[in-house]
Amino acid sequence: MKKLMALAGFMMLMMASLMAQAAGDLTIEITRGNDNAIPIAVVPFRGEGVSPSEDIGKIIADDLEHSGQFAPLAPQDLISRPASGDNINYSDWRRVRANYLVVGRVESSGNGYKISYELHDIAGQRRELGEVVTSSEDQLRSRSHYIADQIFEEITGIRGAFQTRIAYVTANGVDPNISYALYVADQDGHRPQQILSSDQPILSPAWSPDGQKLAYVSFESGRPAIYVQQLSSGRRVQLTSFRGINGAPAWSPDGRKLAMSLSKDGNPEIYVMDVASRSLTRLTNTSAINTEPDWSPDGRSLLFTSDRSGQPQLYQMDASGGNAKRMTFTGNYNAGGLYGPDNKFIFMTTRTDRGFQVARQDLSSGRVTTLTNTYQDEAPAVAPNGTMVIYATQQGARGVLGAVSADGRASFLIPAPNGEVREPSWSPFLD
Amino acid sequence: MQFSSYAKTLAAALSLAVVAGCSSGGGTQDGDQQNAGMNSGSSTQGMSSSSGATGQNAGQQAQMPSENRVYFDFDSDSIRPQYESMLNQHAQYLQRNSSTNIVLEGHTDPRGTREYNLGLGERRANAVRQYLTIQGVPASQIEVVSYGEERRAASGNGEQAYSQDRRVVIDY
Repeated sequence: MKKLMALAGFMMLMMASLMAQAAGDLTIEITRGNDNAIPIAVVPFRGEGVSPSEDIGKIIADDLEHSGQFAPLAPQDLISRPASGDNINYSDWRRVRANYLVVGRVESSGNGYKISYELHDIAGQRRELGEVVTSSEDQLRSRSHYIADQIFEEITGIRGAFQTRIAYVTANGVDPNISYALYVADQDGHRPQQILSSDQPILSPAWSPDGQKLAYVSFESGRPAIYVQQLSSGRRVQLTSFRGINGAPAWSPDGRKLAMSLSKDGNPEIYVMDVASRSLTRLTNTSAINTEPDWSPDGRSLLFTSDRSGQPQLYQMDASGGNAKRMTFTGNYNAGGLYGPDNKFIFMTTRTDRGFQVARQDLSSGRVTTLTNTYQDEAPAVAPNGTMVIYATQQGARGVLGAVSADGRASFLIPAPNGEVREPSWSPFLD
Repeated sequence: MQFSSYAKTLAAALSLAVVAGCSSGGGTQDGDQQNAGMNSGSSTQGMSSSSGATGQNAGQQAQMPSENRVYFDFDSDSIRPQYESMLNQHAQYLQRNSSTNIVLEGHTDPRGTREYNLGLGERRANAVRQYLTIQGVPASQIEVVSYGEERRAASGNGEQAYSQDRRVVIDY
């Protein structure tokens, strides 16, 4: 009997792990904490006669922790479990060194839930935020991210980006039997949805500024081509199929144009395509590799990689072409550049004597800060509020995603259940 | 008949022009000029073969070369001398079989960004294409597709794996 129960327990464990794998969620692990993170107590939300399928308090605490700017108290440090502001003893919370306290409760409301939450400032002994939000069962994670956004903005003054999503590419298998897939998931790696699968390479997903579409490169025809896919319907168009490289699509901030790299004239050059008319304008004219264009937030400039000096470096030029100016002078390899949303920093893949890392360069001072510390870190993507950078790295010899706060203080690994994960792209604000 | 011999003269003149173009334009090293010289030879051979190859040659060229990979040094697109004879066999085969097309797949090791590596893979494949066209293979028989680092030949890290990755595959 005991054996039978052990077996049943084992089977359930197997099923649970299978289910977790089937879901394919990415989970975030902390690899380096921020010593200056703000201590915050997030009390588990009390279910008032309901048991929602998601742990709202935990989603909020995880979001705040993964921003690198908050240190949620461990569950055993939560000295009491208030569900509203009426019974909060501020001095108790001060004793456990919490600067802020989040409490909440969930009630039934029609077909869904009514979620009440409050944010309290412990030192100021006052309620900073209080709101009631409704949610269906399916919306529980989204609504939890919404609450985390409100708390984040209230305390930091920076708009939260927890309701955003990421796109990334997975690869499984060994050449010539590799299967590739393009996924879209919540920024915390949950709720992944496969939007394309292929036995040929997929790379360079890029979110349209309205968050409705992804441009990407797919080799599914046997040749690289740029496609634009509508996320809600799955409908898509093949935008280019020129001879040679069709790569590195990047949307203009107004969503009307795509910059790209095409080698139809012999070597990879930067072009801009007007999406509606499909008309092309060539912006570079060298015999070098010119690729990886990115638009400045104001749409006036393009950052791109060129090895016209003999080694890949970042250059900036007018969005109409011309006035190309070299931007990077540290090290002999700087590529895959992109602007941060505030136009104060650019982020890039840089080569040092320790391999490849993600780095940030201050646009006014030119100062370069290396943000990551393993040896194959590349392809940074920046959250629309500029606080976090997600990038491709390795764990063992397997491709995984990593994340680091834009100040470099906190870092995370986002391992996947299986296969290689790479080519992250961060959506714009979606709310 | 007269026209035919005129055509041959023209062909010879053209191939000389090709040699002149190559040595004055592209090559700066002795090796390049030597290549250019060889090329005009094979290119003329190609022309005459299409107007009727000798049995001896045709028999030799019917066999598709079995070796089809060219490996490259780190950060380099120059073809090591050890691959020249293999590439010459491909060039001859392609000239004898003018309806045969090839795809040159350019690959890189996984270090660096994926889009830049697409460019590097293309550069390597173009180097092989240029070698073959200089040997007289019509460009119309050759297509270049760069996969960059997307289809690695080896798994794992380290120079041993990377040296297998940095390749151009001649795909018939």
